[in-house]
Amino acid sequence: MTGPAGSLPLSTGRGSREATAIVYQELLNPHHAQTYTGRAYWGLFPFAALFVPVLTAGLFVAWEAVVHLTGLTRTTGEFWSVARPLLLGLGWVHVILIFITIFSMYAVWMERKVSAHMQCRTGPMEVGRIQGSIFLWKRFNFRLWPKSWSPHGWLQTLADGLKLMAKEDLIPKDADRWIFILAPIVAFTGVFISFLVIPFHGVLSSFIPADLDTGVFFFAAVTSIEAIGVIMAGWASNNKWALFGAMRAATQVVSYELPIGLAFLTAVVAAGSLRVSDIVAAQGPDYGMLAWFVFRSPFLLLAFVIYFISSLAECKRAPFDLPEAESELISGFHTEYSSMRFSIFFLAEYAAMYVVAAFAAVLFLGGWWTGIAPVDHFLADAAKSDGLLPRLAAVGIGVFAVVGKSMILVFFQMAARWTYPRARLDQVMYLCLKVFLPFGLLTLVGGTAWELWLEGGWPKALLG
Amino acid sequence: MIGVRKVDRRPLTVRERLYLVEVVKGLGITLRHLLGNLVGSATGRPRVPTIAWPEHQEPAAPRLRGRHRLMQRPDGAPKCVACMCCPTICPAQCIHIVAEESPDPTIEKRPASFEIDYMRCVFCGLCIEVCPVDAIRMDTGEVPLADYSREAFVFDLARLLKSKPGDPAPPGRVATGGLAPPREPPAPPTGPYEPSVFLERKRGQEQPAAPH
Repeated sequence: MTGPAGSLPLSTGRGSREATAIVYQELLNPHHAQTYTGRAYWGLFPFAALFVPVLTAGLFVAWEAVVHLTGLTRTTGEFWSVARPLLLGLGWVHVILIFITIFSMYAVWMERKVSAHMQCRTGPMEVGRIQGSIFLWKRFNFRLWPKSWSPHGWLQTLADGLKLMAKEDLIPKDADRWIFILAPIVAFTGVFISFLVIPFHGVLSSFIPADLDTGVFFFAAVTSIEAIGVIMAGWASNNKWALFGAMRAATQVVSYELPIGLAFLTAVVAAGSLRVSDIVAAQGPDYGMLAWFVFRSPFLLLAFVIYFISSLAECKRAPFDLPEAESELISGFHTEYSSMRFSIFFLAEYAAMYVVAAFAAVLFLGGWWTGIAPVDHFLADAAKSDGLLPRLAAVGIGVFAVVGKSMILVFFQMAARWTYPRARLDQVMYLCLKVFLPFGLLTLVGGTAWELWLEGGWPKALLG
Repeated sequence: MIGVRKVDRRPLTVRERLYLVEVVKGLGITLRHLLGNLVGSATGRPRVPTIAWPEHQEPAAPRLRGRHRLMQRPDGAPKCVACMCCPTICPAQCIHIVAEESPDPTIEKRPASFEIDYMRCVFCGLCIEVCPVDAIRMDTGEVPLADYSREAFVFDLARLLKSKPGDPAPPGRVATGGLAPPREPPAPPTGPYEPSVFLERKRGQEQPAAPH
């Protein structure tokens, strides 16, 4: 017979008994008008949402310092002409992979927090509990937080990721084995490749992995590779839910290519170039925020709205999450996936969220320009200077601007997911083909006419 | 009489059919909740009703029918006179009493064993109603129970006697925050970094329930 003395290991944290004692002391004390309800519930979340831009800026400043101090971009000679692109490429791959990892970790956590707060829940609160204090030496035992403080489950995603890695890797007996194995790789590769033309910042033009002449076209082409991975997954799973999901994914992703392409074209017409760095350069540094493409013409504003909504469908986010509709299709195309293969799909999904948001930030929201004219002028000057410090500062500011804007858009993707009910497939198609397509054509034609009318944009025409 | 009531569905207005305004309004609702809970968490008034159990346990209602306890005489002997009323009335037949002769000449019988099987108990409280000597109460404030074996759910005489009113269960066991006021004097205010400084939030005049 188990004694009543708490012999069950059901408590959630090591310090729970201690915490309970404190709670009793608080709770049972009639002289306290206040009762302790709940754990520390500070508004930590908005600061935590800054983690991603700050961490990324740090990552890129470090990488820029390495490149600058080793003189990697300035070396000449036959050897370096071969070795430099290899080294830079290798560096880029790692920087992007690290970024995707950091971003997905915090985006998943942020999504859970956003949804929780919208529904008056707390979301993950336990994992990453900080116990005790900073022990330095005997009496210098600093306690900067309560005895047992849980910073809002900030390590929850790490725990989930480790759990996923430890899970059994299942491949159904009747699955098309090789396609099943290849599918997540293809899906992830598609998103990964599209990072090539995403500038983390382009002040020094060395931070766009590949600043292609046809960058926008490349992006439009490459983002739909993920759909191929999804279709492969759905087909290879030999599962009707997965197949339905894959078919829906194919329908919707291919259809939404059209309005996305038209929205892209409107921005391209305004900038006069398909190159990503040229498009951003056209949005600054003068006139601050007014130079951003969203504010350049009503047609570009409309194009931005069309692109943002279509990008939700493109990366299969709610309210267009038909391919993985949990309530009807279990989880759609990744029903049969488990373990790491599943988490690679998950990574691809969140990386795609970032990619489309970043491209919206680059095309319409001024990319690495901060929207504050003096800062933008500093960025433009730093690009010409050769000193290490201004360059590093410019890198930091530029990365922070791009990633920060993207995170804001990612936040709105999440807010949309937890606000709107899922659309039916015919509604999705209606929105695409009968609403966005004609309005997309309108933005293209109108935007072109606007550019012919007000060459150089209205701030220049009005403000001189 | 079943009638049919016609619901006049209002046709969507042009603004609603455009969706644009409604979409923004919908987003406004969720964002208002989000911001309200964030700002509320900063000012200590979140609208989140989540309770961080088991670290925090709300006091239960004073009339909660929790786990039973057996009352004692001043000398510590059970008050129960083994009259068999409670096992008789128990609808779940979860009370098992073996009676024996009491050494006290003024008392006829006493329980040699008194067992309550909480795998069967339905917490109806009829045993309390029927007891002629107020020997059994349900005021421990404990909501049973989680354990690893069925045997652990059979509470014997000693365990039932040991329980105290409003005695909160130890952490790890399903419990409420207890019913009773403290039996200890209030602790002096603690240092500046104790959780109470950071964590407490005002709850108006709400106080732990008074004893009955």
